[in-house]
Amino acid sequence: MTGATATQAARLLAAAARRRRLRVDPMGAALTALTLVAALAFFFPLYWALVTTVKPEVEVVRPGLRLWPETFTLEACAFVLTNSRILVWYLNSVVTSVAVTLLVILSSLLAGYALSQIAFPGRRLLYGMILASFIVPISALIVNHFLLVHRLGLLDSWAGIVLPQLIHPVVIIVYKQFFDAIPKEYREAAVVDGAGHFQLLFRIFLPMTTSVTAALAIITLISAWNNFLWPFLAQNSQEMMNVTVGITQVREAYGIRYARETASAVIAGLPMVMLNLVFQRQITRAIVLSGGIKA
Amino acid sequence: MTRRRDMAVAFILLLPFLAIYGVAFVYPTIDMVVLSLRKAPLIGAGEWAGLDNYVRLAGDRLFRIATRNTLWFVALTAPASTVLALLLAMGVARLRGWLQAAVLACFFLPFMLPVSVVYLIWHWILDTHFGIAQPIVAAVAGRSVSIFRTVSTFMPGVAFVTVWATVGFSVLLFLAGLRSIPQETSEAARLDGAGRIALFRHVTWPLIWPVTALVLTIQLISHLKVFDIVYLFNLRGRVDETMSLVQYVFRLAFQQNDGGYAATVAVAILVLVAVLSVLQFQLLRSRGQ
Repeated sequence: MTGATATQAARLLAAAARRRRLRVDPMGAALTALTLVAALAFFFPLYWALVTTVKPEVEVVRPGLRLWPETFTLEACAFVLTNSRILVWYLNSVVTSVAVTLLVILSSLLAGYALSQIAFPGRRLLYGMILASFIVPISALIVNHFLLVHRLGLLDSWAGIVLPQLIHPVVIIVYKQFFDAIPKEYREAAVVDGAGHFQLLFRIFLPMTTSVTAALAIITLISAWNNFLWPFLAQNSQEMMNVTVGITQVREAYGIRYARETASAVIAGLPMVMLNLVFQRQITRAIVLSGGIKA
Repeated sequence: MTRRRDMAVAFILLLPFLAIYGVAFVYPTIDMVVLSLRKAPLIGAGEWAGLDNYVRLAGDRLFRIATRNTLWFVALTAPASTVLALLLAMGVARLRGWLQAAVLACFFLPFMLPVSVVYLIWHWILDTHFGIAQPIVAAVAGRSVSIFRTVSTFMPGVAFVTVWATVGFSVLLFLAGLRSIPQETSEAARLDGAGRIALFRHVTWPLIWPVTALVLTIQLISHLKVFDIVYLFNLRGRVDETMSLVQYVFRLAFQQNDGGYAATVAVAILVLVAVLSVLQFQLLRSRGQ
């Protein structure tokens, strides 16, 4: 009883202290102001790219800081959309990054289940190998990925762009740990009912994974969409470029036209920004999950 | 019987993953080591060269420059990015509701952008003639500078852009760490009259430093592998003096058709990253115990 009163008193005191702190806390206010200034500074480059995009070229190169366009125009966007292959690049990006996401999620889900729920010989060895694969930097493999894809005759094709991007060991590990954490009772009940592994996985476990699958799928999709190095190496024609590659390769074609350049950047960057605004929660979750794995 | 069936099921479930790993990971890794022992063009027959390529590596001036550039890049990005991320995360943690979400989005959005978009945005902002940031550069340097065509300013410039683009990731990790600090702990400390600095030193820091170690080592390792942002910014610059290690592999293999030696440099990168990864693992595990 005295203990409870003491805690209550402490809580009241703490609340009072907090209120007092809120009222006169110039240091705290300064810190908050500083954070807001930093946020604006971080946002400014994005804003500036947007504003440049909707200005006419003559206004873009006029000296001085003009935060708002005098003349609003979509000329640069229209030019990029009609005079470059950006729509084809978009298609390439969508097809390859969705394919990467589906294949990574499906293969990792199945493998994660097997590693977690089935006792087969070599399980620990296999898991150890997956963990060990973290230490091999994928970017060191570019030469041999190129040779591999060349030997398979897949250069300059969607399949060739997808294949080397399928290495995401972290997704398997997240799934394995997720399945590990499911109480044994589910499994036992299913076995009593005569359910096999496939029923257990697809009927019972899969619905439980919805939120973790959503988080993993989004982060895989983003990393595939944003990937530059491999899609850059795997093609040699404008027809097969991803949007991230395409917008850097045709700069010369525009001449020095800043609004057009930033317009192509804005058009290429927009989907990921939208995705982030919609799925911020899932993305945060996936990053925290996979960041923890790396430890 | 059921055991055998279990094994069959396990095999079927693992098959897609094993196929992908075998083809896209194990085979290229072995192929890389084999290729590094050959004198060979990128595509086509070559000849066995034993350790010749590794001997060449030891005396290669460009490899030394690329290594130095890469380490310089890591030194410029990893510590600064970690400290900045902690400060920003503490700032974000003070806020509530929609304001917190908006501020966090400002820090995180750049991380969502493809590297080529980041490049185009900053190439425009720092443009020598019309860049909006050139007045600031001129105020500091006394004149406007072609940041990405000047060897001495190239890496700091690229590092700056990289920190802008990637710090949001670390902010999220720190924020998760800060949220796991029990509210009672910090309130009890405040009640004991702890000031802001004492609170940070005695409560926040001991609980947050493992996250700091994690963030720092993730940064170290990922920035060692830098290629695309350096490549894009030095497209029309002085490549030899400013390239990174992975870019050197790219140049050797795809621009100079020296496949065998490119694989050797790639093996060197693998060894470097692997050693650091193992050190990271040890460091984080020793803290866990």
